[in-house]
Amino acid sequence: MQKFGWVKLLLYLILIGYAIATFIPFAWALSASFKTLPEISSGNINFIPKDFTLENYKNIFTQEPLFGRWLFNSVFVAVCVTALNLLFNSMAGYALARIRFPGNQLFFFVILAVLMIPGQITLIPSYLILKNLGWLNSYQGLIVPTAVNATFIFMMRQFFVNFPKELEEAAAMDGLNRWETFVQIVLPLAKPALAAQAIFIFMGAWNNFLTPLLILSDKEMFTLPLGLNTFKGEYISYWNYIMAASMVLTLPALAIYAFFNRYFIQSVTFTGGK
Amino acid sequence: MRRVWQRGRFGEGLAGFSFMAPTMIVMGVFTVLPIAYAIFLSFHKVRILGEFDLRFIGGRNFWRMLADERVWIALQNTFEYVVIVVPTQTILALGLALILNSSIRGKHWFRIIFFLPTVTASAVLTLIFMWIYNSNGLLNNILAGFGLPTYNWIGDPSVALKSIMIMNIWSTAPLYMIVYLAALQDIPKSLYEAAKIDGASALDQFFNITLPFLKPVTFFIVVIGIIGTFQLFDQSYIFSAGSGGPNNSTLTVVLLIYQYAFKSLDMGYAAALALMLAAVIMLVTVIQRTIFKEEKLH
Repeated sequence: MQKFGWVKLLLYLILIGYAIATFIPFAWALSASFKTLPEISSGNINFIPKDFTLENYKNIFTQEPLFGRWLFNSVFVAVCVTALNLLFNSMAGYALARIRFPGNQLFFFVILAVLMIPGQITLIPSYLILKNLGWLNSYQGLIVPTAVNATFIFMMRQFFVNFPKELEEAAAMDGLNRWETFVQIVLPLAKPALAAQAIFIFMGAWNNFLTPLLILSDKEMFTLPLGLNTFKGEYISYWNYIMAASMVLTLPALAIYAFFNRYFIQSVTFTGGK
Repeated sequence: MRRVWQRGRFGEGLAGFSFMAPTMIVMGVFTVLPIAYAIFLSFHKVRILGEFDLRFIGGRNFWRMLADERVWIALQNTFEYVVIVVPTQTILALGLALILNSSIRGKHWFRIIFFLPTVTASAVLTLIFMWIYNSNGLLNNILAGFGLPTYNWIGDPSVALKSIMIMNIWSTAPLYMIVYLAALQDIPKSLYEAAKIDGASALDQFFNITLPFLKPVTFFIVVIGIIGTFQLFDQSYIFSAGSGGPNNSTLTVVLLIYQYAFKSLDMGYAAALALMLAAVIMLVTVIQRTIFKEEKLH
């Protein structure tokens, strides 16, 4: 029994140590965002700012007038991408799981194949296609190519395959067609799967760096991660500004995480090899 | 009932296609077509400044890679990165999951904290770490406080890639921890009880019950881990302001593709490089699959 207590203590120490290691970078960034530049440059290790200030947050919005625009761009793109994915992925997943139409198997195979192929292959051709469409530096250029996602179509298919058939059969008896059944019966019952999907898609769109970097050259169209990188280039040693801007980019994602925390864990299980 | 459902094959087929239409269009234009286009481009010299111009040059883009020193540097950096990061993050994730799965209090809170990096943008994480890695920054201050050697984490070519490794292991391990945790909870408790009755020690139980049960999940985690690490880009790009420096030490394959395609505007060659990367990733995945399968037979 004595030995058991020691083991447990050790386990707690490991967990607490790792939790501290995880938390410190965030705490340090947050504290820097409230410090003045002289305090930042002094190199002292103090997590509580000596001269607490909100100037950094005010300054990033005034000195970089586009910051608000970047924030809007990010929100707009992430929300559109999420909404489109939820609808389109569910539709495709439902069709693959439930509707017998010619080519059903072929489409499923194509989706599986797309899952295996690394995204880098499509970078350059997609860029050229967007260029041809005149969609560089545009919202649709950011939104449309990511409006469906093979991983989540696959996930939704698995979800609908295990979905009780009786409900849909009852709906059919009531004279609902496929679309009505889908919108009125199936989608409302798929909420947990949709929530899981929403979180991952939103986070992915919100945090995406590579695609905006390629297709956006007009500063007005930048999303926050890209803006943040430019910002860093311009205010190279103003770490108090950079950290304040980083916090602005982090908070919405954190809020969503806090809100959907339960679904988030579930969704990892969902996608995780099942 | 059947009559109600099958308002004729035609209606059913039409419904199917209408449900699939958005996916077919978007994937067709932005995934399937680009894959074919990438293969096509890789056999051409592409000019996009001024008039768009294509010239067929056969396999020359592929031969060129062999003599391109930066390709080898990028491959070496990327391999080094994969070989160190994937095992470390997998073992760390398993360790943390095992601890969290034992009778520990406050699991919920640990999980919330551990997960912070997963929900934070890579751009933000990279900037936070660049600040911590600063020569006069937090990490060096802490190291010096303990009397340990300090490093030039970002500017020293022999350290820069390792700085990115540390950051990424730190930020991705918790995601895989959650996956492991879910898998651990699926192992039937009765197995452990039976083993206990047979007098198996905790260690025996771990090797004979827990590990075999975790094999499929581990396969999944390693595959996703390999694919993810081979595609390292954001962190290298932000760390080196797009150059892959210092002295090419953070140059990854994807960063190289980016540089050739969008800085040198040599898109045919860049497309060939992307195909090469895809081939490497798929090859590694296939090799790994056979290894995992063979072990299963024993």
